[in-house]
Amino acid sequence: MTKGFRIAFRFSIVAIAAIAAILMASVILWMIGADVSDTFYIIIFQPLTNMLHLSEVLIRAIPLCIIALGISVAYRSGIINIGAEGQMAMGLLAFTGVALAFPDVPRPLLLPLAMIASMIGGGVWGFIPGILKAKLNVSELLSTVMLNYIAAQFYSLCLRTIYLDPAEQVYGTGTPQSMRLTENIWLGRISGRLHYGIIIALVLAVLIYILMWKTTIGYKMRASGSGARAARYGGISVGFYLAASMAISGAFAGFAGGVELAGVHRRAIEGITNNYGFSGVVVALFGGLHPFGIIPASFLFGLLIYGSTLAPSQVGVPANIVQVMQGIIIIVIVTAQMVLSNTYFQDRVWRKYQALRKKEG
Amino acid sequence: MDNRIRSLKMEHITKRFPGVLASDDISISVGEGEVLALVGENGAGKTTLMNILMGLYQPDEGRILINDQPVRFRGPEDAFKAGLGMVHQTYMLVPNMTVTENVALGYRNTGKKRYDIKEVRKRIEEVSSQYELLVNPDAYIWQLSVGEQQKVELVKTLCLGARFLILDEPTSALTPQEVDELIVLLQRMTKELSIIFISHKLQEVKALSDKVTILRHGKVVFSGNTSEHSPQEIAAKMTGHEIILPRNAGSAKAGATVLSVENAVVMSDRKIPALNGLNLEIRAGEIVGLAGVSGNGQRELAEAINGLRKTESGRIVFLGEDIANCSPREIIDRGMGYIPEERNTEGIVPPFSIKENFVLKDIASPSFSSNGFVNGKKIDSTAEKLVSRFDIRCPGIDTAAGSLSGGNIQKVILAREIERKPKFLVAVYPTRGLDMGAVEFIHSELLKIRESGIGILLISEELDEIMNLSDRIAVIYKGVIQKVLDKNEATRERLGILMAGVKEE
Amino acid sequence: MLDIITNMLSMCIPFSVALLLASLGEMFNQRAGVFNLGCEGVMAMGAFVGMLIPFLAGQGGAVAPVYNVLGFVSAALLGVLFGLFFGVITVTFRAPQGIAGIGLQMFGVGTAGTLFRHFVGGTQSIPGISDIDIPLLSKIPFIGDVFFSHNIVAYLAYILVPVAWYILFKTYWGLKVRAVGTNPRAADSMGINVTRTRYEALALGGALAGLAGAYLSIAQAKMFSDTLISGRGFIAVALVYFGHWHPVQIMGGALLFTFAQTFQTVVQSMGISFPYELAVMLPYVLVIVVLSFTSRNQTTAPTALGKPFNREIRT
Repeated sequence: MTKGFRIAFRFSIVAIAAIAAILMASVILWMIGADVSDTFYIIIFQPLTNMLHLSEVLIRAIPLCIIALGISVAYRSGIINIGAEGQMAMGLLAFTGVALAFPDVPRPLLLPLAMIASMIGGGVWGFIPGILKAKLNVSELLSTVMLNYIAAQFYSLCLRTIYLDPAEQVYGTGTPQSMRLTENIWLGRISGRLHYGIIIALVLAVLIYILMWKTTIGYKMRASGSGARAARYGGISVGFYLAASMAISGAFAGFAGGVELAGVHRRAIEGITNNYGFSGVVVALFGGLHPFGIIPASFLFGLLIYGSTLAPSQVGVPANIVQVMQGIIIIVIVTAQMVLSNTYFQDRVWRKYQALRKKEG
Repeated sequence: MDNRIRSLKMEHITKRFPGVLASDDISISVGEGEVLALVGENGAGKTTLMNILMGLYQPDEGRILINDQPVRFRGPEDAFKAGLGMVHQTYMLVPNMTVTENVALGYRNTGKKRYDIKEVRKRIEEVSSQYELLVNPDAYIWQLSVGEQQKVELVKTLCLGARFLILDEPTSALTPQEVDELIVLLQRMTKELSIIFISHKLQEVKALSDKVTILRHGKVVFSGNTSEHSPQEIAAKMTGHEIILPRNAGSAKAGATVLSVENAVVMSDRKIPALNGLNLEIRAGEIVGLAGVSGNGQRELAEAINGLRKTESGRIVFLGEDIANCSPREIIDRGMGYIPEERNTEGIVPPFSIKENFVLKDIASPSFSSNGFVNGKKIDSTAEKLVSRFDIRCPGIDTAAGSLSGGNIQKVILAREIERKPKFLVAVYPTRGLDMGAVEFIHSELLKIRESGIGILLISEELDEIMNLSDRIAVIYKGVIQKVLDKNEATRERLGILMAGVKEE
Repeated sequence: MLDIITNMLSMCIPFSVALLLASLGEMFNQRAGVFNLGCEGVMAMGAFVGMLIPFLAGQGGAVAPVYNVLGFVSAALLGVLFGLFFGVITVTFRAPQGIAGIGLQMFGVGTAGTLFRHFVGGTQSIPGISDIDIPLLSKIPFIGDVFFSHNIVAYLAYILVPVAWYILFKTYWGLKVRAVGTNPRAADSMGINVTRTRYEALALGGALAGLAGAYLSIAQAKMFSDTLISGRGFIAVALVYFGHWHPVQIMGGALLFTFAQTFQTVVQSMGISFPYELAVMLPYVLVIVVLSFTSRNQTTAPTALGKPFNREIRT
C-alpha cells in the first residue's frame, strides 16, 4: 500500500464524513423550510465579519476550551465525562459563594480563592462519578447525567434561596439571581466583552499537554484508558487514576464556570452553563482529544454556538439547530474514526483500486 | 433422497487479510468416509481455510465442490444445509443457555419451520444415545467441564444433520485419556461420516487420519497418505526446517524456597472456590510445571500470586514475606515477574508504542523518570536495546504494540520482564498460538532464566512443553495440587490420570 | 393522609408507563448487545411527533381518537427509524456505543426542539386521551383508584410485560437475541445473522422508546416542551441494569422510580413546605444510589454488551 494511497484514503473518508454531516443538517433545515445555504452562511461566516461578532465567538470558545481540555483528560483515562454541565454549575455556586461571603477581601487574594473554590466545586462533582465507577463499577454515562440534573436543581434552589439578590426580594421581578458580585473578583476585559480568560484557556492547554505526555501521571492515566487490564497488571492502580482524572475533569468544568462568571456575567443567574458541558464533549472529540486540536475546535464550536443565536432573527431557524449539529457531528466523528481505523476496509479498498488500475493500464 | 457427501473439494482457495496472505492457492479433497488431517503450525492458515469451508469467510479466489458440483456458502447456514458441521477450537456455545437452547439456535437450518424446544430436546437424546455421547440436555453450558462441552459441540453438530465433520484442534484441552476416548469415538463415526480434523499433534494424526495435508504460511506444502509417512517426516515438512526444541537437561541445583503457596483459597469470577486450599513450593533455579485441564484454577492461582485476585484465606509467601492480598505494585516491587495469559489485553497496552510498553511497570522508577517527568531519551535508548537483543520484528520503537504478531508481542512482554531482573517468574501459557520459531525462542529464554538461578512457575496446557522444560511437575485438579512429580517420574499416562482427578495410592 | 397515599399510588401506574415502555425497549437492545444511550433522544422525537399529529388535526381543540392513534403509530415508526439509524452507526460501522448514544440523544432532543418551534411554536396543549374505568373493579375503594381507572395505553403497556417475557424466553427470535448479546461468535457459527438480529432488536427498542415519548406528550402531559423528557430516557437505561435485563424486575423498577417522581407532584399540589427542587432531585439521586448497589457483580449482564461484532477479526 503506497503512502499516497493512505493519505488519499484518509482524506476521502474525512471528506465523505463532512459531506454526510452537512447533508444531515440540511435535511433538518429543509424540513423547517429554511434556506439551507443562507443558514449555513449566517451560522458559520456572519460571525467572522466584524470584531464585535468575533469577540462574542471567542467568549464562547473560552469555556468550551477549558471544559473540553478536562473532558479529554477523562476520556483518555477511560471515562466519558458528560457531566461537565453539572460540574460547571457547582463551580459557579462555589465561586459565587466565596464572592458573596468575602466581598471585602482584596482582589489578589479573593480572585484566586474564588477560582480555587470553583475548581473544588466542580472537582468534587466530577470525583463522585469517578469514584463510583472505580469502586462500584457504576456507568459514568448514567451517573454524570443524573448529577447534571441534580446540580441544575441545586443551582436553582440556591439562586432562589440563599444566594438570592436582596434587591429582588424588595422590588424584584422574581428573577432567581444573585446580586452583582464584588469588583474584586472581576477578570479584566481586552476588547468588548472579551476577557483575559482566553489567555487562561491557552495556558491550560499547554499544561494539559505537559501533564498527559510528559509526566508519569499522564502516562499512567493514558495507560489506564487504553488498556485497563494491562495497566492493572503493570501495577498501576487504575481506579485511582480513573477517579483522579474525573476530579481533574470536573475541576476544569468548575473552573470554566468561575472564569465565565468573573469575565462575563459577574453575577449568578440561570442559563450561564448554556449547554457548554455537552458542547465540550463534542469539542474534545472534534479536537482529537489533544490540547492543540481542542484550541481550534473550541473556536469552531464557539462560532457555531454564537452563529446559531443569530439564526432565529435572521433566517427564522430556532437556535436548537446547534444541538442538532453537535449531535450529528459526534455521530459522524465516531463513525469516521472507526472507518479510518478499520485496516480490513482500507485493505479492501486498496485491492479494488489496484484491480481498477490494472484494468485501465 | 440421496444426500450423501461422496466427495468434497476446495480448489485454489486464496484469502487475504491486511498484511497477511492467510490462504495462498490451497486445494484439498476428501472422499466419502475418509479422514483428512490438516496439519500445520499455529498461524499456517488451517482455521482460516476451514472457516472458508463453513461459509464464515468468503474466499477472494477459488471454489468449493461437493460431489463435483460447485457450491457457494454465503454463511454457515448454507454449509449446514449442505451437510457440513464444524466443532471450533474455542467452543461456540452460549454459556448462560442450556444445552437444548444451544442446539435449538441452529435448528432452523434443518428445515424446520416451527420452533419447538421439546422436539429439539428429543433429538438431542436420540443423537446422544446413538453415538454414546452422554450429555444432559437441561444443563447450562457454564456448569459443564471442557470435555463435556466438547461432547455438547459434537451432539450439536450431529443434531443439525452434519454428514461431514470438521474438527479444529479437538484434543487441545483434553487429558491424554480423554484424547484416546475421542479417537475411538471418531474412528467409530467414520463409518457414517467424513472428517477433516486440524491438529499439530502427530500421534493423533497417525492414529486417526487416512490422508494428510500440510500447510505452511498459507500454502499446501505436502499432501499424501498418512500411512506412508513417519511422524518425523511430517514434522519436518510442517516446520520447513528441523526445529529441535530445547530441553531442560540441567541437573537439579535448586536453591532455597522462593515462593510457597500455603492453603490458598481463591474464588473464581462466578464466586465459587477455584482454589481449595492449594499448596505449592517453588525453589530458586527450578522450573515447576503446572499441568492440568484448563479451568481447574490455573488462572486464579497466577492472578492471586500477582495480587490481581483476592486470596480468601491461606498464605502466599514470597522471599519470606506473605504477599497474599498485597497490591500488584507491591508485588512487582518485590521482584515478581509475570507473563500473563492474555497477552493482547493484559501483557501490553495495545495502542501504546513498543517503547511505552517496555516501561509499563517502571515508568515511575528513577531510571525512566525524575520528579514525575518522563525521561524520553532513556526510554528510547532502552527500547532500542531491547528490540535488538530480543530480535523483535517491528518497523520501529514507536509502532503500536497491538499491531505486532503474537510472537513479537510475547517477545515484548518477555523482554520487559527479563529486563526488570525478576526474582521469580510466573509464565502462563507462554507459547499458546505461537509458531515453532517463536516457541523455540521463548523456551530457550525460559531455560536461560532458570540457569541464572531464578525460579519459574510454568502454567501450560501443552504436556510436551511442561515435560520438556520442568524440573518438577505439579498436577492441578479442581483447585488443589494432586501430586508433584519429579521430571523423571512423569509420563504422559501418569500425568493424564492425575489430571483427570484420579488419586494415586 | 390516606388521600395523599391513594393519590400518589394512583399516579404510579399511569406515570410509570413511559419509563416502562422505554426500559423494555432498551432491554431488547441490550439483550442483543447494543447499549443505546440515545433513548432520550428517540423519546423526545416520539413525544414531538406524537403530539404534533393530534395538534395539527385539531389545532388545539378536540380531535377524533384516530389522530391520537396515528400519533402513537408515527412515533413508533419514527422510533424504528432512529433505532435502525443507530444500528448503522454502531452495528455496521461499529462505532463505540456510549459516545454514539450521546450523539443520538443530542440529535434527537435538538431536532425535536427545532421542529417543535417551527411547527407548533409556543406551549400548546392537546386534549390527549382519557381514562377508562374498568366496570366493577374500578369501584373497589382504594384498589379501584390505584389499579383500574387509567387510560388504555397504560393497560396495554402492562400487558406488554408478560409479552416481552414470552418473546425473550420462549420464542426463537428471543433465543437469537439472547445469543447475539452473549456470544455473537457462537450465534454466527450457528448461521444466525448477528447484524440482522441486532438491527431487529434496535428497531423494536426504538419503536418502544418512540411510544414511550408519545405517551408522555399525548397521555400524560398533553403537551410538548423541551424539558418534557428531562432524563427519563437515561433513567430507563439505568432501570435495565436495575432490573437485571428481566421484564418483570424492570417493571418493578419503573414503579419504584415513578413513586419517587410522584413525590414532587405531591409536594407541588399539597403545598407542603419542602423545597420543590429537592423533590425533583429525588428520582435522580435514587438512580445513582440504586446503580451503586447493583452495578457490581452483574453476572446476568449480556457479556457482549457494548462490543461490536466483526466476523473477520479474531479476538
